[in-house]
Amino acid sequence: MAAHTLDATRRDFLYVASGAVGAVGAAAAAWPFIDQMNPSAAVLALSTVEVDLATIQPGQQVVVKWRGHPLFVRHQTPKEIEAADAVQVSELPDPVARNSNLPDNAPATAANRGLKKEWLVLIGVCTHLGCTPTGFEGDYGGWLCHCHGSQYDSTGRVRKGPAPANLQVPVYSFLSDTRIKVG
Amino acid sequence: MSGQSSYTPRSGLSKWIDQRLPLPRFINDTMMTFPTPRNLNIWYTFGGILTFCLGVQIITGIVLAMHYVANAGMAFNSVESIMRDVNYGWLVRFIHSTGASMFFLAVYLHMFRGLYYGSYKAPRELIWIIGVLIYLLMMATAFFGYVLPWGQMSFWGATVITSLFSSIDQIVPHLGTAITTWLWGDFAVGDATLNRFFSLHYLLPFIIAGVVGLHIWALHVPGNNNPLGIDVKSPQDTVPFHPYYTVKDAFYLCLYVLLFAVFVFYAPDFFGNPDNYEPANALVTPPDIVPEWYLLPFYAMLRAIPQKLIGVLVLGGAIVTLVFIPWLDTSRVRSCRFRPLMKQFFWAFAVDCLILGYCGSQGVDAVLFGVPLIWLARLGTLYYFGYFWVLMPVIGLIETPKPLPASIAQSVLGDSATAPAE
Repeated sequence: MAAHTLDATRRDFLYVASGAVGAVGAAAAAWPFIDQMNPSAAVLALSTVEVDLATIQPGQQVVVKWRGHPLFVRHQTPKEIEAADAVQVSELPDPVARNSNLPDNAPATAANRGLKKEWLVLIGVCTHLGCTPTGFEGDYGGWLCHCHGSQYDSTGRVRKGPAPANLQVPVYSFLSDTRIKVG
Repeated sequence: MSGQSSYTPRSGLSKWIDQRLPLPRFINDTMMTFPTPRNLNIWYTFGGILTFCLGVQIITGIVLAMHYVANAGMAFNSVESIMRDVNYGWLVRFIHSTGASMFFLAVYLHMFRGLYYGSYKAPRELIWIIGVLIYLLMMATAFFGYVLPWGQMSFWGATVITSLFSSIDQIVPHLGTAITTWLWGDFAVGDATLNRFFSLHYLLPFIIAGVVGLHIWALHVPGNNNPLGIDVKSPQDTVPFHPYYTVKDAFYLCLYVLLFAVFVFYAPDFFGNPDNYEPANALVTPPDIVPEWYLLPFYAMLRAIPQKLIGVLVLGGAIVTLVFIPWLDTSRVRSCRFRPLMKQFFWAFAVDCLILGYCGSQGVDAVLFGVPLIWLARLGTLYYFGYFWVLMPVIGLIETPKPLPASIAQSVLGDSATAPAE
């Protein structure tokens, strides 16, 4: 009888132990097959672009490609700057600046949307489902996304539609007065 | 149905095979002598038509894969080369691209058939649920396939659909973005995305074929429902599947192939979007981005909701809802033929799906008779969910169904046939 009980215990132990090792092994083996889909180091490395600002006149926008996405570089007119300053943060759907150069909780004032007031650098990806909004359209002097109708003002802050957030401001810096480096 | 077998091997060889691998017996019992209700109408031929569609897509797809190049720099031109250079490449591609639409047309008729005749009700719940799974797999496969020509609609369709996952950011910050980046293999839809979509587009049809096997297996346990929605009670109610339904299915399949051929030869781009003949451009979204026609109702629901996360949840919920239909319908009667009230709401539901499809096909600011279409889409969305979650349970309880016939045989052959048979 005693031997029988001993056998059962040993069998239980083997059963649980091999099951546990199998489960951990399967999970560990699955990870490489999941992670292979993430961007490789080669993709992650290609991530800066420089833009020459000298040729962009006030009221103009230039679109360049960065990390596969369009990047809007817009030269604001004094009138646009004035209009954007007049907007209260409290009337914005998204009160956060979404500026990668600032803390995450910075308020979405016009000044917080860029490094210099007359220059606006934005990732041209609608925060709804990723379409590229069209410039100088919509009711707010900024961008209109034709896919699902989201509208952004002249500093790329969302004002209307399903988009939940302002257009993202990427990490960038001024190399000189007329040259920026993004990324 | 399952259980008894009427197969008797005729030769020594077939007896020898039957004892080792009873495949001829299986074919005989499931496709030849299988007792099938004698009153199945035209709407029951779409199962066979759908199997045909799957076969056509797999065969033409294997051929296209011999010539297609899954590379962001070469994909568009390789499709053009299939159209211009490859012998009969234009035909194979147009069969494949039209075939997707014909597949969805058939699956929608098949699903509405099931809804009307209550084919999802006990004991056929699992057949229905497996069917919803097949429908989901079909949508995924169609989406991956639509990306492959790497035109403008391919690229932006891929961007919008994969970005649906970014709405998870509103529940768990950064998780949604991490998922989209993982799906893309890049910061945006690009070469890595195209390659994996090609791999999955080749894989999924074979998974669908497997799940179709389960669908048919589950069907062969209780046997077919029928337009009367009543159970088979005696052998008089049935006829053998072959030749009665093999021939009936073949006849309607011929008509369906005729329609198929009209599109392939006379309007091959009817279901397509001209923007997709423009190579993908990551910097410019086409002004009117619409999905293929078979996804338009869901697209209209997504756009009807002005909030990102809720919009995506409504889109997903519209499909997930289908899984619960067997339990949402509280009626004891299966077929709408005997449900005077439900029948009307059913047809209103069919019209609602068409209206939603129309709303989805129009621009985001479109107006009809002075009313913004977005409000029509909102009403349509409300009815879609209301039909399943409110009308189905409530009407099942309050409706008085018409009297059911005593048997399928009596309904088809009249009272004389119900005399006891030898």
